[in-house]
Amino acid sequence: MEALEMTQALLKIVTEICIVGVSISIFILLYRAIKGPTNPDRAVALDTIGINLMGLAGLLAIYLVTTKLNDIILLIGILLFIGTVAIAKFLEKGVIIERDMD
Amino acid sequence: MSGTWIEIIWDIVIMLFLLSGTFFIISSSIGILRFPDVYTRLHAATKGATLGVAGIMIGSFLFMYIEYGIVSGKLILGIIFVLITAPVSGHMISRAAYRSGVRLWDQSIKDDYDKAFKSEEQQS
Repeated sequence: MEALEMTQALLKIVTEICIVGVSISIFILLYRAIKGPTNPDRAVALDTIGINLMGLAGLLAIYLVTTKLNDIILLIGILLFIGTVAIAKFLEKGVIIERDMD
Repeated sequence: MSGTWIEIIWDIVIMLFLLSGTFFIISSSIGILRFPDVYTRLHAATKGATLGVAGIMIGSFLFMYIEYGIVSGKLILGIIFVLITAPVSGHMISRAAYRSGVRLWDQSIKDDYDKAFKSEEQQS
């Protein structure tokens, strides 16, 4: 019984370590998103920041012991894909929605 | 008594998944920081971040299932969604970067898209 409590305490410590690690990763990507030489660099960094936020929400669901954050993960993923496609189309053509004025 | 040992082993498996996922996420962001070019940075961004977030999601799914018996299909759906959309968005960003005139790294030796891009421009 004591061993089970010890591993559960260890799991909490491991979750805290993982939250700190993903936060450090977000800070590194934030440097690239601000400094990046060209605009596609910034787009890549923002895309990866969104994927890291999905991982951070999953870790926070373990840390707070709740299942209410699982919707948030899907929502971040869908909005991130739409935003990245919009940024890519804007960088390629200068417009997001093409209109043919025949 | 046997139930507790199985729970201890599952806890260790969850810890291994979480730590490996965090390792891959940190290594992918170091790759984005250190690579010299947009086209090489995209490799680190898509592959490493997808693997890392898949590890963390599998760990979270196992935690919910072992501790509370909740099968949360949204986490598995999140893995599948990232697995599908990360290559698509990476390809779109890389094509937009090439067409908006971002040069390759000066030590890259092969550029096969250049010919196809020029012939496509002559046709239109």
